[in-house]
Amino acid sequence: MLYAMCFLLFIIGLYCVLVKKNMVKIVLGIVIMEYAVNLFLIMLGYRSGGIAPIVGQDEYTSGLVDASFIQASVDPLPQALVLTAIVISLGSLALMISICIRTYERYGTFDITQIRRLKG
Amino acid sequence: MMIPLPLFVAIPLTTSFIVPFFGQKTKGIATLLANIATTCLLVLSIYVLITGQTGIYQLGKWSIPIGINLVLDGLSALLLLTISIVSFAAMLFSIQYMEQYTAKPKYLCLFLLMVSGMNGVVLSGDIFNMFVFLEIASIASYALVGFGCEHEELEASFKYMVLGSVASMFILFGIGLVYGITGTLNFAYISKIIQSAGLNNGLYFALGMFIVGFGLKAALVPFHAWLPDAHPSAPAPISAMLSGVLIKALGVYALVRIIFNIFGVSIPIGWILVTLGVLSMVIGVFLAVGQWDFKRLLAYHSISQMGYVVLGVGIGAVVLAQGKDPAWASLAILGGLFHLINHSVFKSLLFLTSGSIELSTGSRQLKQLGGLAEKMPMTRTMCTIASAAIAGIPPFNGFWSKLLIVLAAVKAGFYGLAAVTVLVSLVTLISFLKVQRYVFLGDLPEKLSHVKESKGSMAWSMGILACLCIVMGLFLLWGPLRDQILTPAVQVLVQNLYSSDIISMQ
Repeated sequence: MLYAMCFLLFIIGLYCVLVKKNMVKIVLGIVIMEYAVNLFLIMLGYRSGGIAPIVGQDEYTSGLVDASFIQASVDPLPQALVLTAIVISLGSLALMISICIRTYERYGTFDITQIRRLKG
Repeated sequence: MMIPLPLFVAIPLTTSFIVPFFGQKTKGIATLLANIATTCLLVLSIYVLITGQTGIYQLGKWSIPIGINLVLDGLSALLLLTISIVSFAAMLFSIQYMEQYTAKPKYLCLFLLMVSGMNGVVLSGDIFNMFVFLEIASIASYALVGFGCEHEELEASFKYMVLGSVASMFILFGIGLVYGITGTLNFAYISKIIQSAGLNNGLYFALGMFIVGFGLKAALVPFHAWLPDAHPSAPAPISAMLSGVLIKALGVYALVRIIFNIFGVSIPIGWILVTLGVLSMVIGVFLAVGQWDFKRLLAYHSISQMGYVVLGVGIGAVVLAQGKDPAWASLAILGGLFHLINHSVFKSLLFLTSGSIELSTGSRQLKQLGGLAEKMPMTRTMCTIASAAIAGIPPFNGFWSKLLIVLAAVKAGFYGLAAVTVLVSLVTLISFLKVQRYVFLGDLPEKLSHVKESKGSMAWSMGILACLCIVMGLFLLWGPLRDQILTPAVQVLVQNLYSSDIISMQ
């Protein structure tokens, strides 16, 4: 169910990219898609009532690291993936916004129906 | 001697962060450094091919399913060579061509960042790392398309960036699905799990996501809308890089690697590839014939020629999945991969000649040009060689790869596909005759009477690529060279030993 909601959020972002006429709103659509994917990745590793998968000195000596520890701990890998994905999307978002600003300087509008010099 | 694989990423990445520190007065040093970096990459990739080096590199000594690993096999080595040749020629061309722009060191920085991203994509052995490198290359290319900051360039860059980001999100969603189902990100281990458990609905959904995402990156019809705007708007050397290698490394290579080595071929997937290939070939070439902007015409031809590559590989996939004689599958895939490397050579040469013409005359509209044959004899010769190669006239390289694809289609019993291939080649010839007629023949317009021929590094880089167009037929015809360069790449796709090789190698 939650995964379906994630996919719904992804589709909302895609709809926003395809339908909206304003450049900034298109950028926001892409950001919504990124959030949907990040949420999806985080949920892959989630376990309700899970513990942090960190083995300290105490757990190691007391022999708590066994199958039940692995069963109970959340999956740390998707969290690392999401961190990387957030950094990447920050980079591309900064570039997109700066291109929007430069385009506004040239054309004086954010409306993509009026920014149409390329065709053919 | 084993070459440490991270060098292919580290050399351009390091140089790209050094060159922006050079200012307007010392930009000569920055240019020299960037050229040294691309030359090093060329030497390294030729060395890797000649010695036939294969292997894996585990970053930070983490063993395979846990850590990040780089993998070098025949297919990666072929792509590395292609990227190195085109980036070497484009960088040589940029020495003179980019003098007309103000921020040359920044351009060099983005260029090298793009090269390191592409090298990373072809070397990476796990799916998320591939995504990271793909984003590095993509973001650098978005910025390079808008490098001139004029009306058209910004518009094209925005369009490219929106579609490129949507494609990246599709790919990342697919990666998430694959991780959720198989529990690993390493190509070899995903492939092992899929081979034992088979595909379920979730994995089919992920595969669909990958086909849309990488199809957008490769600009296959119907995902091609951004390419004819983005490629002509970039500076000429960057158009050569984008059309020459970016759509191949990010799009076709990644798609082929995922379909053949991870998900495994099946008849429906093969037919999807063949359909995408035929659509791109036919629609791309018919849109190209009507164009009057030189670079836009070339960009539409890129779509069409990528169709040949995907068609060749797709026929191979169908034949393999049907369980017919694998020799014909090898032939089709050989044709596809050989066309991939041929296309990057002649298409980058065509874009460089268009840059040379634009620099001398200030225009790239076919109707405003004419009679340049006497004024620019060298550029004319180069353009004629490249046009003959793309149209498939013997003995240039394009002929051999198209011949292989047609032969494989006939042998596998797809006569219709063979006929379409020949027809598209004919239309390609017509559109390049149009280029010759309007650019080089006819009357010289009054205002073009003072144009000068390009000299120096621009001439050298075009000359190197033109020589390659002529001699590359040998890659196929001369046995030892073929066994060294093309056969290993074909074997990687046909035999599908990728996962067992890597798991046994660690």
